Amino acid sequence: MHSLISPKMCWNATSFELPDTAVMDSKTRTDAQNPGSGILPLRLTNVGYCVCGRRLLSDINITFSPGGNTVVLGPNGAGKSLLLRLCHGLIKPTTGVIEWQDSNAGQYRQYQAMVFQRPVMLRRSVAANIEYPLRLNKVPKRERQQMLRQALETAGLMPLAGRHARILSGGEQQRVALARAWVLHPEVLFLDEPTTNLDPSATRAVEEIVMRFKAAGTKIIMTTHDLGQARRMADEVIFLHNGRVLESGPANEFFTQPRTLEGQAYLRGELLC
Amino acid sequence: MEDIYAAFATAAGLILNLDGDLLEIIGVSLQVSLFGVGIAALVALPLGGAVALLRFPGRKILIVFLNALMGLPPVVVGLVVYLLLSRSGPLGMLGLLFTVTGMVIAQCLLVTPLIAALSRQVFEDLWVEYAEQLRSLGAKPSRAVFTLLKEGKYSLLTVVLAGFGRAIAEVGSVLIVGGNIAHYTRTMTTAIALETSKGDLALALALGITLIIIASFVNALAYLTKDVLERYVV
Repeated sequence: MHSLISPKMCWNATSFELPDTAVMDSKTRTDAQNPGSGILPLRLTNVGYCVCGRRLLSDINITFSPGGNTVVLGPNGAGKSLLLRLCHGLIKPTTGVIEWQDSNAGQYRQYQAMVFQRPVMLRRSVAANIEYPLRLNKVPKRERQQMLRQALETAGLMPLAGRHARILSGGEQQRVALARAWVLHPEVLFLDEPTTNLDPSATRAVEEIVMRFKAAGTKIIMTTHDLGQARRMADEVIFLHNGRVLESGPANEFFTQPRTLEGQAYLRGELLC
Repeated sequence: MEDIYAAFATAAGLILNLDGDLLEIIGVSLQVSLFGVGIAALVALPLGGAVALLRFPGRKILIVFLNALMGLPPVVVGLVVYLLLSRSGPLGMLGLLFTVTGMVIAQCLLVTPLIAALSRQVFEDLWVEYAEQLRSLGAKPSRAVFTLLKEGKYSLLTVVLAGFGRAIAEVGSVLIVGGNIAHYTRTMTTAIALETSKGDLALALALGITLIIIASFVNALAYLTKDVLERYVV
């Protein structure tokens, strides 16, 4: 599926090969759900974002290629969530270009999804919440039931399917949000600090679900504050500080030999300003 | 003072004995207001949602216009509908003047701006919470309006009940358009005005008490739906 796409990730002049972890499970993706040759790579060229003259992101040049989990790290205010929102298409960059391999922008919501730090649960059951994007995309009823069931099972939500989503715990709601985002089997899933404010067992449940999505062929691009989580989940790391990409590369390189002083300080747990 | 006490006693008797004339007037009132508000809600709720979510030239002017129309004088609405429905008016051939249908049209026009303006605010507040999530899931504005309609059903029901409160209590437009014809277009408010001017305070008081009971019931319903149902049914 991605044979025509060079699996490399670039940051300015630096480029490196990604591990070839793009495992596409054809059984989980029908042509209707994910046609064509895929939307990756996603290229950001000289992307910047300003609000009221204040530059929040500057000179972002990165390419997200298929396969592997990409974790965006950085202190508060570094621009991690903003970067994900730009990539997801919720906001437009002030400068630069964001382009997907597949230029059919109108169809992106079928191919890429996002889970927010505080997901909004619709006032309906868990199953109806997860079914909502299927209805939006006019998936036929029979197929809808099948995809709903698959998402419920993958997220371990079968016992909660009939419960009202708004009365679930934070961890359970985040699992519903994950299943809802993944139900259309997107090629790319953006996760904005999906385990913030969750206890260790809920965090573990979320991580397991994310890894299942990855195994099913979904490219995960996530932000986190939790260095332990980043070590467990990342194949590649993008390190942001003050709205700029300071480092990007394979996770093991970043965690063992960070190239920048800021990266070293961040890994030591020092406060960056 | 004794006359007033006697009027209260007679009014209580009329209500407790379920007086036929009284029930008939209440029935016409409820019929006109329920249909008027029901039709207005069908138009005004999507309109309020569209104004809240869509961005188009003249949107702010429309918002100001809707807000201004919230205070639309019922007699003016009555006059306009009267002119439209009168024999020489553009809709005269429909023969709706001095009918319940004509009164429904008048109340519908009166309440639509109120429901649209209040629901716009509800939609805008909901949109702050839901905008990113719904856009992320791929909901276009037209679909988002209907999703928010479902999500904010309790708050929007309160808005509709506010519209009902205005409709059931107004006298100007139904008096002009309906003509206060006994056993046909006489409503509680028009009957109160008439009976008071005639000096039949008992029936006027009985109708006034009933009107207050209905208004209280509507307010209680609004409270229950918004606070109690929202808390327990979610």
